[in-house]
Amino acid sequence: MHALLTHRLAGLAIIAVILLVLPLSFPSGYYYRVAALVLIFALAALGLNLLMGLAGQVSLGHAAFLGVGGYAAAIGPTHLALPSWLSVFLGAALSGVVAFVVGRPILRLKGHYLAVATLGLGLLVAIVLTNEAGWTGGPDGMTVPRLTLFEWRVRGSDTWYWIAAVAFVFGAWLALNLIESPTGRALRAIHDSETAASVLGVDVARQKLAVFVVSAVYTSVAGSCLALFNGHITPDIAGFLRSIELVAMVVLGGMGSIAGSLVGAAILVVLPQLLTALHDYEHMVLGLVLMSVMIFLRQGIVPSLSALVPRFRSS
Amino acid sequence: MAEFLQFFFSGLTVGAVYALVALGFTLIYNASDIINFAQGEFVMLGGMTTVFLAATGMPVPLAALVAVIATIAVGLALHRFAIEPARGASAVALIMITIGASIFLRGAAQVVFDKRFHSLPPLLGAEPIRVAGAAILPQSLVVLAGAAVIVVLLWWLLDRTLLGKAVIATSANRLAARLVGINTRSIVGFSFAVSAAIGAVAGILVTPITLTSYDVGTLLALKGFAAAMLGGIGSAVGAVAGGLILGMLEAFSAGYVSSKYKDAVAFLVILAVLFAMPNGLFGRGHIERV
Amino acid sequence: MTAWKRLVTASVIGVAMLAAGQNASAQVKIGAVLSVTGPASFLGDPEKRTLELYVDEINAKGGVNGQKLQLIVYDDGGDANNARTFATRLVEDDKVVAMVGGTTTGTTLAMIPVFEDAQIPFISLGGGIQIIEPVRKWVFKTPHTDKMACEKIFADLKRRQLTTIAMISGTEAFGKSMRDQCAAVAPKTGITIAHEETYGPRDSDMTPQLTNIRNKAGVQAVVNPGFGQGPAIVTRNYHQLAIAVPLYQSHGVASKQFIELAGQAADGVRLPAAALLVPDKLDDKDPQKPVVVNYSRTYHQKTGQAVSTFGGHAYDGLMILTQAMERAKGADKAKLRDEIEKTKGFVGTGGVVNMSPTDHMGLDLSAFRMLEIKNGDWTLVPETGS
Repeated sequence: MHALLTHRLAGLAIIAVILLVLPLSFPSGYYYRVAALVLIFALAALGLNLLMGLAGQVSLGHAAFLGVGGYAAAIGPTHLALPSWLSVFLGAALSGVVAFVVGRPILRLKGHYLAVATLGLGLLVAIVLTNEAGWTGGPDGMTVPRLTLFEWRVRGSDTWYWIAAVAFVFGAWLALNLIESPTGRALRAIHDSETAASVLGVDVARQKLAVFVVSAVYTSVAGSCLALFNGHITPDIAGFLRSIELVAMVVLGGMGSIAGSLVGAAILVVLPQLLTALHDYEHMVLGLVLMSVMIFLRQGIVPSLSALVPRFRSS
Repeated sequence: MAEFLQFFFSGLTVGAVYALVALGFTLIYNASDIINFAQGEFVMLGGMTTVFLAATGMPVPLAALVAVIATIAVGLALHRFAIEPARGASAVALIMITIGASIFLRGAAQVVFDKRFHSLPPLLGAEPIRVAGAAILPQSLVVLAGAAVIVVLLWWLLDRTLLGKAVIATSANRLAARLVGINTRSIVGFSFAVSAAIGAVAGILVTPITLTSYDVGTLLALKGFAAAMLGGIGSAVGAVAGGLILGMLEAFSAGYVSSKYKDAVAFLVILAVLFAMPNGLFGRGHIERV
Repeated sequence: MTAWKRLVTASVIGVAMLAAGQNASAQVKIGAVLSVTGPASFLGDPEKRTLELYVDEINAKGGVNGQKLQLIVYDDGGDANNARTFATRLVEDDKVVAMVGGTTTGTTLAMIPVFEDAQIPFISLGGGIQIIEPVRKWVFKTPHTDKMACEKIFADLKRRQLTTIAMISGTEAFGKSMRDQCAAVAPKTGITIAHEETYGPRDSDMTPQLTNIRNKAGVQAVVNPGFGQGPAIVTRNYHQLAIAVPLYQSHGVASKQFIELAGQAADGVRLPAAALLVPDKLDDKDPQKPVVVNYSRTYHQKTGQAVSTFGGHAYDGLMILTQAMERAKGADKAKLRDEIEKTKGFVGTGGVVNMSPTDHMGLDLSAFRMLEIKNGDWTLVPETGS
């Protein structure tokens, strides 16, 4: 039993089971929607977590890739007559290319300088999305045609819950494999000390670029899912506040923790829904929650809480 | 020629605003390596508090003074209740705390104040000064002068006083500073208080130009941060230079290139500068210990 | 990966489910998703206050058809994704019978599919013309379209024999949408747009853009589509640069605050606005006069703030809805929708509303008045020969 629980994929299997069983408790489509949003953002946060948690590089502009993926899903069918699934794929590819091209120079920067460079990148993408109204519909956004797979129009919060759940579990499985692979070990070494890692023969620049591209692809797919789910997209999907939200999800949940991405996304999506009863005081409470979690559980929720349980401390 | 001058004046105006905000990031960073994302809220508090106090009948200069004191109190509270308890946390956790604080302060401002826009009367009157076919508001010069005064005061503090030396020592090596008897906790608290004061003064000086509202802090913090990084974080002169350059870039792009993409051009230039000079214009090189 | 972590996740999501349990009652539930915070709070905040204020008043008088109203307000922060989530919540969880909300065009467009699928009447407070063109069965709106604002401004320009203009617009949705409409309407009315500039909604200095406009030869007037603080700063900069040609603002500035913020620079500025801004200057025989005087007095009394036309749009939406409820003698959603569509001769703060199956807004050009700012106050511009 112990061996079963500490198996590499045990945690993932438990998540999958929970996701399978959870809908039994949903009284209405609204809960499906919230859960689907949590999973979609968890996927995006997972991508950012690989960059921030695993490789230790801060990105304050990651929502740019949400925007690229989302608008690809919108522009492909609308302006280029491409099927939705192909547009999602192309969006992810485009995000990867952008990350590759921009990543090379940007990742040479360190610490706060890297943060401001990624901030600039995020703002640039948001500005282009807002201004090129001919393609993107401008600040009011554009309608996203529904995903059609083999004659079946994919719509409805419940359908998207399952799609998002499968996407997240698959993404988490891939991430787990990445973390345990030589690349993952190299990235953890880079996180601890870049100088030491390069002394050991790790190609620091290449590894950082690789993880940047992977994280961009994850976030892009999440953005496409969001656009297809909502049926509408606006430029603030790529905005500064969205990027900060993603960073908050990663940091709150626990950097480097896959489960943490899910917990962080759950908090930031569900909390505003719970706080509506507070009306004007909603933002004050949100700010307090963010500060308190960081002060008392400074590794993030999942790592801090599991450190409290001795048996499961080593993972 | 007249239009070039007008663009220059516009750049000076906006740049001076960014410079003042950027200066606020400098001291806290110098004392503790923390980037305080709530700095924008200090600027907002300075302006909004003054507006609301003045609306109750208090004379504006007194309202401004009370506003600065109130903001200093907020800065100290931020340090005491949010930053101090998280001592030893990673840099990212500390950034998250300041972001949480900025959300909290914004939320509080919307309850305590309101959600509308407000202005303050300009210090030297509203009549623009006309030079060679271009016009600049006297308040822009006031903001510039304010930035210059603060730079000089910061230089004097850090370079010429024992307190300033203690600040630098704290950021260089906290443990060593404590070993030589410096109360590092008070030093960091002091830096928060001074940065809050700088922010509040900035808010009061720029409100006649930029107007103020409960959420003016977000964008100002963003641009101030970018300006501070451009100039090299930790350098007061760099902060001012960064702010002015950012303002000029925006104004000249709006005038000569395209008003739609002026922010994009400005950020592209910042990125280009950072690629060429990874420590900003005036920043000190970062020496990593292995 | 540990079971402990799974427990954490499950409990966090479990807490979310505890958000259920809204107590059902015999009240009629009306939903409102508004942008009370965020970039559109200038519009959303007065809307929220108005709705709350008047639902209380209606309930104090006994409600509608003998039933009290329950208003459920959610703040989307100006974000379309949040708006859609709250719309789903209103429909599936709170089970509202109608919705008055959608502060911006973006949030409205994101929410439309939810209400159309659920077949619930949705009275939008957004300005964009695409909300009602093409006409959607369940979607209505109360604010004037930006196309109307352009037409009103251009008509006034023609009266003053000014035909070549420059435009400086905000890049936010309101400014962009109105700019697009003006560009489309201009050729049909004989107006030429010689030069265009834009500014960000949070910018603090527009002198470069205005300098370029000033230097463009042949410009006879300048139009500024935008809302919030931007137009106030544009107006100040306009004065600073001593630009001689007339300046036209949009209905986005429609609040006394604009005059306070722009100061002396506002003198001579013209704009199209609802009668709500000039209650005391209306002719006593004007059918709108009692409505706007009443609303502006009540709003100012209860909130201490100057009246805003955006709050007025919310008032109109609520009144149209409750009057339709009275006519439908109940809250059956399909009947309600039909009665809303049959609204005729409703005198609101925005104008006189006559809806039809092909017009889900019901206002015509006479709903806008042309105002000019003189000595720090609004004045009506006589529209002889229009």
